[in-house]
Order: sequence, then C-alpha cells, then structure tokens
Amino acid sequence: MPKGSDIFLQNISKVVVFIILAFALYLFFTGHGSPGGGFIAGLMSAGALLLLALAFDIDTVRKVIPFDFKLITAIGLLIALCTGTGALFFGEPFLKHAFGYFQLPLLGKTELHTALIFDLGVYLAVVGVTMTILLTIGEDN
Amino acid sequence: MNNWVVAPLLIPLFTAVILIFLHNKLKLQRWISLISSMLNVCVAIYLMVQVRTTGIQTLNMSGWAPPYGIVLVADMFAVLLVLAASIVSACCLLYSFRGIDEERERHYFYTLVHFMLAGVNGSFLTGDLFNLFVCFELMLMSSYALIVLGGTKRQFRETLHYILINVLSSTLFVASVAYLYGATGTLNLAHLSMRIAESGQTGPITVVSALLLVVFSVKAGLFLFFWLPGSYGAPPAAISALFGALLTKVGMYALIRTFTLIFYHEVQVTHMLIGTMAVATIILGGFGAVSQTNVNRILGYNVIASIGFISLALAVSNHDALQGAVFYLVHDMIVKALLFLLAGILVAETGTERVNRMGGVLSHSPLLGWMFLIASLAVVGIPPLSGFPGKLLIIQGSIEDGQYILAAAGVILTLMLLYSLIKIFILGFWGKARRPREAHWKQSRKLLLSSAPLMMLIIFMGVFAEPVMPYVQRAADILTDPSIYIQAVFKE
Repeated sequence: MPKGSDIFLQNISKVVVFIILAFALYLFFTGHGSPGGGFIAGLMSAGALLLLALAFDIDTVRKVIPFDFKLITAIGLLIALCTGTGALFFGEPFLKHAFGYFQLPLLGKTELHTALIFDLGVYLAVVGVTMTILLTIGEDN
Repeated sequence: MNNWVVAPLLIPLFTAVILIFLHNKLKLQRWISLISSMLNVCVAIYLMVQVRTTGIQTLNMSGWAPPYGIVLVADMFAVLLVLAASIVSACCLLYSFRGIDEERERHYFYTLVHFMLAGVNGSFLTGDLFNLFVCFELMLMSSYALIVLGGTKRQFRETLHYILINVLSSTLFVASVAYLYGATGTLNLAHLSMRIAESGQTGPITVVSALLLVVFSVKAGLFLFFWLPGSYGAPPAAISALFGALLTKVGMYALIRTFTLIFYHEVQVTHMLIGTMAVATIILGGFGAVSQTNVNRILGYNVIASIGFISLALAVSNHDALQGAVFYLVHDMIVKALLFLLAGILVAETGTERVNRMGGVLSHSPLLGWMFLIASLAVVGIPPLSGFPGKLLIIQGSIEDGQYILAAAGVILTLMLLYSLIKIFILGFWGKARRPREAHWKQSRKLLLSSAPLMMLIIFMGVFAEPVMPYVQRAADILTDPSIYIQAVFKE
C-alpha cells in the first residue's frame, strides 16, 4: 500500500494505537494478582505496532521504534534471567521473588515486587520476538 | 534445596543471551562459548560428586513445594547424562570454531547451540512432565533453526520434514499430558508415580502411556524414524554431531524415565510394545546402515539402531539391563558425536559423501583413519572400548529374563553395524587416493584435535569401566526402585 493511501485507517489507528498500548500497560500491572501479565501485555503491544505497520508501512514502525527488535528480545531475556538468578545470592531457591510495601508519592501505599521486573523481561522478550517475526515476514516479498 | 541443580540450565541460557549482543564479534563469541561449556562440564562433575556423596539433589523452583511447584531433580541417571551432554557439546563447539563457516557463526550459531543445550539439560533434570515438554520445545526450536541455518536447498527440504514431524508429535505430547492431568490431577513425575501406584494403572492410563510412547519414540527415533537419516545429514558436521549425540538421547531418556518411574505396572502391554518396536528398529536400522552408501546416512541409521538397542534394555527392565542402558546411553552420546565429527572431516577431505567415490584417505591422513576405526570398534563393542560393558550388561539382562529373541537381535545388530562402519573404513581409507587434497590437511588436523577428548573418553570408559560402574549402578538402582526417587522429591 503506498503511503497516505488510506486516510481513515491511518487517522483511526493513530488514536487506537495509544488506547491499545494503554490497555497493554494496564494488563501488565494488573498481572500479578489477576489475569494479565507480561506475556499478554507484550502480545497486545506488538498488536498495536502491527496495526501501525498495516496503516502506514514498516519503515514508519522502524522510525517510531529505532531499535533492533532482536536486541530487545535479548535485553528482555537477560532481565528475566537476572531477576530469577538474583534469588541465588540471598540463599533462596531459583526464581523466588521478594516483595514489600512502600509509601510512594501520588500512588500512596503500593506493593512492589521483583516479579514485576521478571514480567518486564517477559514483556520485552515477547514484543521483540513477535515484531522480529512479523517484520521478517513483512519484508519478504 | 540445592541451587546447583539449576546451574546446568542457567549457564547455557545466560551464555546464549549474552552472545546475541555479540553476534558480530566472532572471536569473542568463540571464547565465551568455550569458557561457558567448560564451566558446564565442571558444574556437572561437581553435581555428580554431590549426588554420589549425599544422594539425590532437588530444587523446588521459587520455593513452591512439590507437587504444587516445579521441581528439578538431579539423580545419578540425569547427572551422568548432563555430564555427557556437556562434554559432547564442548567438543562440538571446539570443532565448530574451524568446521563452521563465518556466515553461520554470525547468524547466531553459538546462541542457538547454547539454547539447545539448556533445553537438553533441562529435559534431563526436570521432575515435572509439563516442564519436560517446555524443555523439549526449547531444544526443538533451537534445532529447527540450527538445521536450516545456512539455507542450502537440501537443508530446506529436510527441515520441512523435520519440523512437520516434530510439530505433530509435540501436539500429541501436549494432548497426552492433558489426558494424564485429567486422569490423575498432577504432572509432577514423583507424584504421578505415587497416584498411579495407588489407583492402579487402569485402561485409560495405559492408553495415555502408549500415546506418550509414540511421542517419545518419534523424538528418539524408535521405530518412527523415517525422518531421521535425511535430517541429520543435511546440516554441517558439527551440528549433525550435536543432533546425533543429544537429541535422540533426550527422547530415549524420557522413555526410560517415564516407563520405569510411572508406567511400570502393565509390563505385559507397554514393555511388550517397547520390545517389539525395539526389535523392529534394530532390524530396519541395521539393514538401513548396511544398504546405504552415503556416509551421513550410514551414521544416521547407526543412531537409530543403537536407540533400538537401548530400548531392548527398557523392554526387559531388570537391574542388569538398566545398568547396561545407562552405560550404553552415555557411551553412545560420546561415540556418535565422535563418529559424526570424524565423518565430517572425511567428507571435507574427499569432497564427496558417497563411500564408493572415496578412497585412499589413510595414506595422507592416517590419524583420521585410525581414530575412525577405533570409534567404529567402540560402537560395535569390542572389549577394551566403552561399547562393551553396556552391551554385555544389556544382553546379559535379557538372557536372565529369558528374552532370548531380544538378546539375539542385539547380537545380530552388532554384526550389521560392524559391517556398515567397516565398509566406510575399507572404501574410504584403503585403496588409491582418488582426490588428493593436501591443502585440507592443516585444517583437519586442528579438527581432529578437537575430537580427541571424545576419543580418549571412550577408551577411558572402556578400560576403566570398573571405577565407572558404581555410578551406573547407583543410576540403575533408582530406575528399578521408584520409591527412592519419590522419597527424594517429597523429603522436604
């Protein structure tokens, strides 16, 4: 599709992409105690980026996120692995997580846990892998 | 709780991820891979010593007690295989520094190998059926990428077969795991064993066990092996060696583990089936090896035939036979890797894979010839080498049980494999040199050096079988008495 050929799709996706990303963010944070989490949030975000790629083109997506998606996958895996391994230094079993309650400005009393960092790793890995696959297929004519 | 149990998984995983960042720096990649694989061997040895002195080591992941959480179990059987896998992969990596072209190295070859190794080690160590599936997938995903890496026409064709058959069997795997969970309400291997022992191995559970038998047989190449010889011959030698040494053995490990720990009540159905498949595999694999003229295909059929041979021991399942199975499994991993690596050099020297177009390699690279001969003799099981104790124990075990047909099949197989490998030796190494390739000699010398540790190991395991035996015995004790495994998992 040549650039600028579908004005409706492009204008609507500009808005919808942010709604999807916001929902992904919500899913990501709610994931610890209820349905959601890094995996589904990652897929959702990748879906938003895919919509962008469909409405505009792959070059636009590359301009929006100027990183190599393979590296994003690697960073995500590294974060997840390091969080799991962190437990070993405290003499706990592998993947054991820690949590605590903190008084944060604006949010008030908040539960913070290391499982969230692990989930961030999962999120990045999922976004990275999905986008790598989609873009590789997309480039192949 | 012992966090060392997870180390054989963590080291390759970390290495794989770090190597993604360094995929353009080839020298650095090689060094990191080598150091990591050496580290893995050390950790495996340390674990083995721990298991010998203090018994089975377990780790409840993230602190959830079994059967609620996922547990990693390092018993002697698993640890021996982890050690063998680490040694084999270290040698294959060393070989690939020279044996793999830079283009492949740049396209994440080392990353994929380490991911595969993590999957292999994970499959050996896990104490949970679903986790076993996950580790299988990790291993298979990497192997899909490794087999197609380089993208020649032949690789694409074989990859298609390989992926289709494996995706199909993985689907069946998940389905049978679901059935089993529905029937018993647990997926922890030790807990499954307890539940099934309590309720009896009823008809439906035996059917599920047969489904799992099919799944693991596809992965191991037991009877359902039609995809194997082609697929394993397609990629370069270092990758074929890893596949031939590790992938089928993981399937074999899963078969032995599930059918000695969980489904051991209806022996007349399941083990009878395994015995029949084993004999069929031996006959078909043996004839395949004899009839082929392509070096890689001959070796592929050798892999299949030895899987059939190990399954004989599983069909008999007495202490002697299982001891033989453990010994032979470790030996087979090492010797198959060695054979594939040497065949890779042979093919590079002669420029052809067909044995009847080769000849005279012995005159300009005698070391390669003699190493190949010793490796072949080890496969066959000539006494001072490592194939002998395992073979003897398996055949002895089947005769003790009155399974004369199985024993006879094992002996006949030995002769067939001897013929197929000696055919390579005579046609490839004797006679007049058809294609002198002096230029290749320098490189192949370094390649020979990297396969030398495997060579020494098969001699060591044969000559010093006596000190190795206590370890093997310990492994077989657990396989014949599931309660040892169950107690170790639930002790905390």
